[in-house]
Amino acid sequence: MLTQLNTLWQVLKHTTTKIDTVEYPDEMPYLAPRYRGRIVLTRDPDGEERCVACNLCAAVCPVDCIALQKTQDDNGRWQAEFFRINFSRCIFCGLCEEACPTYAIQLTPDFEICEYERPNLVYEKEHLLISGTGKYPDYNFYREAGKDVGVKGKGAGDHEKEPVDIKSLLP
Amino acid sequence: MAKITIDGQTYEVEDGQNLLQACLSLGLDLPYFCWHPALGSVGACRQCALIQYQDENDQRGRLIMGCMTPVGDGQILSIDAENAVNFRAGIIEALMTNHPHDCPVCEEGGECHLQDMTVMSGHHSRRYQGLKRTFSNQDLGPFIGHEMNRCITCYRCVRYYRDYAGGTDLHAMASRNRTYFGRFEEGPLESEFSGNLVEVCPTGVFTDKTLSQDYSRKWDLQCAPSVCVHCSLGCNTSPGERYGRLKRIQNRFNSDVNGYFLCDRGRFGYDFVNHPQRPRTPLQQQDGEQSSLTSEQAINQLKQKLKDPEICWIGIGSPRATLESNLALQRLVGSDHFFSGLSHQQEQVHQALLKLQRSGHGQLLSMQEAEEADAIVILGEDISQTAPRLALSVRQAVRSIGRSKAQAIGVPPWQDQAVQIANQEAGHPLYTLGTQPCRLQPICKQHFPATTSEQARLAFAIAHQIDNKAPAVSGLTKAQQQLAEEIAADLTNASRPLLITGAGHGSTDLVQATEQILAALSRRSKGEQPGLVVSFDECNSLGLTLLNHRGQENCLDDAFDIVHQSHDQGGKQIGVIIVENDLYQRASKATVDQFFNDLSDSVVIDYLPSDTLAKANLILPAASFAETQGVLINNEARGQMLFPVYAAGDNIQMSWQWLHASAADINDAMADFSNQAQALRACLETEPLLGALEPLLEVSQLQHQGLKLARMLPRASGRTAMRAHISVHEPKQPVDEQSGLAYTMEGVPYTAMAAEHSGGGMMPASWYPGWNSNQSIHKFQQEIGDNIEGPVTGIKLSLHSLPDPSIEWSEPTKKARAKADHLLLISHPQIFGSDELSALSTAIAERTPVATASLHPDDAKAMQISDNDLVQIHLQDQHIQLPVTINPQQAKRVVLVPDYLDEIRGLENIWVTVRSLGPNPVITSDRRAGHV
Amino acid sequence: MFDVIVTLINIVFTILILMVLAAVLVWAERRILGIWQDRLGPNRVGPGGILQAAADMIKIFFKEDWIPPFAEKFVFVFAPCVVVITMLGAFAIVPFSPGTGVVDLNVGVLFFLAMSALAGYSTILAGWSSNNKYALLGGMRSAAQMISYDVFMGLSLMGVVMLAGSFNLREIVESQSDMWNIFPQFIGFCIFMVAGVAESHRLPFDLPEAEHEIIAGFHTEYSGMKFGLFFVGEYLGVLLISALAVVLFLGGWMGPLLPPFIWFCLKTLVVVLFIILLRAAIPRPRFDQLMAFGWKICLPVALLNLVITGAVGLAIG
Repeated sequence: MLTQLNTLWQVLKHTTTKIDTVEYPDEMPYLAPRYRGRIVLTRDPDGEERCVACNLCAAVCPVDCIALQKTQDDNGRWQAEFFRINFSRCIFCGLCEEACPTYAIQLTPDFEICEYERPNLVYEKEHLLISGTGKYPDYNFYREAGKDVGVKGKGAGDHEKEPVDIKSLLP
Repeated sequence: MAKITIDGQTYEVEDGQNLLQACLSLGLDLPYFCWHPALGSVGACRQCALIQYQDENDQRGRLIMGCMTPVGDGQILSIDAENAVNFRAGIIEALMTNHPHDCPVCEEGGECHLQDMTVMSGHHSRRYQGLKRTFSNQDLGPFIGHEMNRCITCYRCVRYYRDYAGGTDLHAMASRNRTYFGRFEEGPLESEFSGNLVEVCPTGVFTDKTLSQDYSRKWDLQCAPSVCVHCSLGCNTSPGERYGRLKRIQNRFNSDVNGYFLCDRGRFGYDFVNHPQRPRTPLQQQDGEQSSLTSEQAINQLKQKLKDPEICWIGIGSPRATLESNLALQRLVGSDHFFSGLSHQQEQVHQALLKLQRSGHGQLLSMQEAEEADAIVILGEDISQTAPRLALSVRQAVRSIGRSKAQAIGVPPWQDQAVQIANQEAGHPLYTLGTQPCRLQPICKQHFPATTSEQARLAFAIAHQIDNKAPAVSGLTKAQQQLAEEIAADLTNASRPLLITGAGHGSTDLVQATEQILAALSRRSKGEQPGLVVSFDECNSLGLTLLNHRGQENCLDDAFDIVHQSHDQGGKQIGVIIVENDLYQRASKATVDQFFNDLSDSVVIDYLPSDTLAKANLILPAASFAETQGVLINNEARGQMLFPVYAAGDNIQMSWQWLHASAADINDAMADFSNQAQALRACLETEPLLGALEPLLEVSQLQHQGLKLARMLPRASGRTAMRAHISVHEPKQPVDEQSGLAYTMEGVPYTAMAAEHSGGGMMPASWYPGWNSNQSIHKFQQEIGDNIEGPVTGIKLSLHSLPDPSIEWSEPTKKARAKADHLLLISHPQIFGSDELSALSTAIAERTPVATASLHPDDAKAMQISDNDLVQIHLQDQHIQLPVTINPQQAKRVVLVPDYLDEIRGLENIWVTVRSLGPNPVITSDRRAGHV
Repeated sequence: MFDVIVTLINIVFTILILMVLAAVLVWAERRILGIWQDRLGPNRVGPGGILQAAADMIKIFFKEDWIPPFAEKFVFVFAPCVVVITMLGAFAIVPFSPGTGVVDLNVGVLFFLAMSALAGYSTILAGWSSNNKYALLGGMRSAAQMISYDVFMGLSLMGVVMLAGSFNLREIVESQSDMWNIFPQFIGFCIFMVAGVAESHRLPFDLPEAEHEIIAGFHTEYSGMKFGLFFVGEYLGVLLISALAVVLFLGGWMGPLLPPFIWFCLKTLVVVLFIILLRAAIPRPRFDQLMAFGWKICLPVALLNLVITGAVGLAIG
């Protein structure tokens, strides 16, 4: 009984406390960089597309709103032929960002993506791709991976030995 | 049966297997790499370790390798013991030290045995800080991608490629942790079974290049149980589709047919389905002008045509169309007006082969049974080109002598290395008779190069040697006589002799001679009858022959004659309906052109962009095998049902559907074709020999607890985005009304079937939680390597009902007389290039060899032709120029040219003259540039 | 004739004022809740957001008037009317000031109890006619809650009636000229407030609609203006309970300096604010807790209050 009364009193005290919210369109709220808003595809520090079309984001997406197709350039670098996110289905859960092994797909603090027509919420690769590196400025997947796609030669990575000379007779 | 205890639970398991097999059969998860059900154990990877205890009081136990330890009664084992778990985790960690950080860009990712085993063993973060070993890759041709960094040195690839498939150009090179698996120099892998490396390799070293071109992960591929259509063997496949494009073919295990392996034509020949020129809407062609129609318009037009009283309609069927489509056409035009679509010679050979199969002298063996044979004679057919998977079985039969040797000294058959040591280089006897050297030659006891009539004469001589009641052959050389005696001796000494022949050689004499040998053998053998395997040219050759063997036996040449006569004599106007057949592949261009000129109307239902299609007045796009539900009869008379991988839409329909839609209200006989089950039933009722396929009707409709079986894995992605660029409103998924399979991932998951032990034979693809690769197949088998549980999609027909076949000895072929200064032109088939379907696939086209004319050195010398010359071959009224190769292993007095040359269609076995044009000025790399 | 016109004017004005008040109350509650929850609340439409109520009304009028095909059509339409009619009817006996008020009944208290009991049918009928399991659950909860809480609501008022010796509300107000009834009848006041909040389905006693459990309960299937009627009914209920609490326990229109009508309004406003505070602060109990609270605590306490009031009344004479 007393606790109920105390509750009433505590709530009543809030009559004079400061308002926490802001008047949104007139005043922009602060959103942390990890805020889960509009999804972008970033580029690596060399300016190339980070996305390697591995399909992990599509696989993890709980609403299946990501579809893509792999293609590759002359060097064998994997890229997305098309990369489509249907934002009218997206629930901004951020699992795609967590699944992405190359930091290509990132969620940004921009949430103002409303449209009057649903088809306008279907973003293709050219809508998603930004020119920067997003939250992870230094990472370049192809510098770490063992595959040679013209970014670094076989064995030229930081953690790699020179390619084995299979004709060597040394033990 | 042996009783073993694993982690406190007692199981009864089959004797004679190893512990790894036993654990997997019991459904227990024990990780492994180097073991493969078809390759046996070598104990190389140390991954399948478990603990064996001395007795109940033993608390420590000792580590043993599951794959190297035979099952023994009373064994007490543990998979979960801490020591075993730690050991396995240590092994995988060591294997992973050099593994590159590239799963996202690896084609194997998502169906990788290494990924599965790493997760299963519990290794998740790398502690190794050192530098990683790297390798340079090789270009292994258009089929196989190579990324050596991913290798874990399990040796499966070379064990498969060299030991199992008899390849010679893949090696394990260098030493210790620098072992490299590749060729001495870059270049396409030569073995015609190289594609299986994709599935054999537990990691992404060898990957499917054709899939990589247009890549999708396994979980995104929509699959269905299907049957290969590139030769007559009917290997079971699991094609995968996404975005309406067929992306790859994987092996679908069927222990009766293809087991764990496919040939490269079957695996990489699918691309014709995605051909850019493939007809995808109905087309009307008049005076060179094309206009596309809706399916409704097309059906109405065909209806009008069929109603026209002025025109008499004939139908030309096809050995690559399903039973249903052929029968629908036969019903529509009447069996008198139905022509098989085979040339006269081929029709003769097919009927002769059917007679041979029905004679009852030998039993028709499956490829699996053929692997048990202990003496093999291949007559006339180059099976490594026309029925490649059968050649792989023949290799196993030759190799299997090692297992019996090993068994004699108490070594179990799965002890791969020990079996090989016991065997050394020995093999069961294999003889080949053929015009050209075949790829099995290295394991042949003897190869007999000769023309088909000479081969037939030798075969008659063998029959005479086995049973002297069979007529003798006169005029044999001493060597031939000796060879005949040798072969006869090997066949009679064998307990399971096997004869292989086919339709490729085109000689009825040879078929007759084969029958003679079989008859002679079966008279001598007390118990089992000798084995027989017959290969045909196309996927439903036998089915077509079965529908066309009771009296009428009309062939394509008959159709040409009738139309020509009718036109010349001003008879009735004739229109033709051609179902899935390119006549230009089967007769000379002039003949077919004449045929189309004489016709007053033509309708072609096909899925290939062929010359025949270009001539038709009305083109109806047929469903390819990937969109078809129907039955194909393979070479051993196994009726197998294939299911559509994806819905083709309204404009592409199965041939019988087009015919039904147009003719159902005109022709009462067409009423039976309203759905696939009814169409199949009509086939069974029409041909009594097909009656045994009845259970297929039920199997195809099979549901599980009222639910259909999903064609996609539960992880399939992108459903709400795939079509979003067309419309954000997702349409209803296509409904499969014809079968017990459902499009998309909605339906019974595979895991339920593994638990229930049912429906495994209908599995669209092989997958099990924790087992994403094709290795998961053991989850659906009762015993490792055994058949999949539950109903299967194929039923073997028994063609002969005569228990005591009487023997009528036929007279041997007379020695053919050669024409002076002339050579016999013989076309020989090619694994890559001959089959008209796979020839349209880009990867196969790349591997198609340059067309050459092949001559025996003696003939070349006589005609003053030297190697690499350009020669001119004079055919009837034209001549072709080809570079020449000289081959001492081929028949004399013969010029061999590949059978895919358009100029020689319909001109087999004619005498030609060959003239040298001097050294070949161009080095050709392309098949089309081969003949200038 | 003149009487009739005056009464009519009274009726029309009362209804108009009440409807406007109910609408404004919707907005006011949202803003006040906002303040107590450290946020702003609706402040965009009109000055300070006061026209939000009008905007809501326009919106609700333009919504599709949907009747589910599986519903019992007549009852479905009739049910929301019941609550508004009974609530407005009950206001007829409320004395706003010495001169104003629609009717002066000498059984005013009983009339109010009757009307509030009738309002219960509204939710029951709505729940039943929707033909929807959640709606029916809401209806059943409402029925059980009404029956339980009606009993001691009536009992809690009997103390006041004893003190005043009349069922007439004006006489009850006038009997408080010396001392407001809240002092001698504090327990009665508490019980009346509890029962009143429960009768108008307000938090913490909004179990019939409990959106987290039975997705809006009895009005799951309602939309458009029919939903609006339930909404208005609920706020009329709040006003009615507040007004009666003022009349019965807080001395009605009486007070120094200011005109009686203003006093009445101020007092009512305080009670309304208190009810909104309850909503802001107290969570919803479980249904069995609600029933146990009603039957095992409120009813005995109400009876005890009655006995003591009677005894003291007898003793004082």
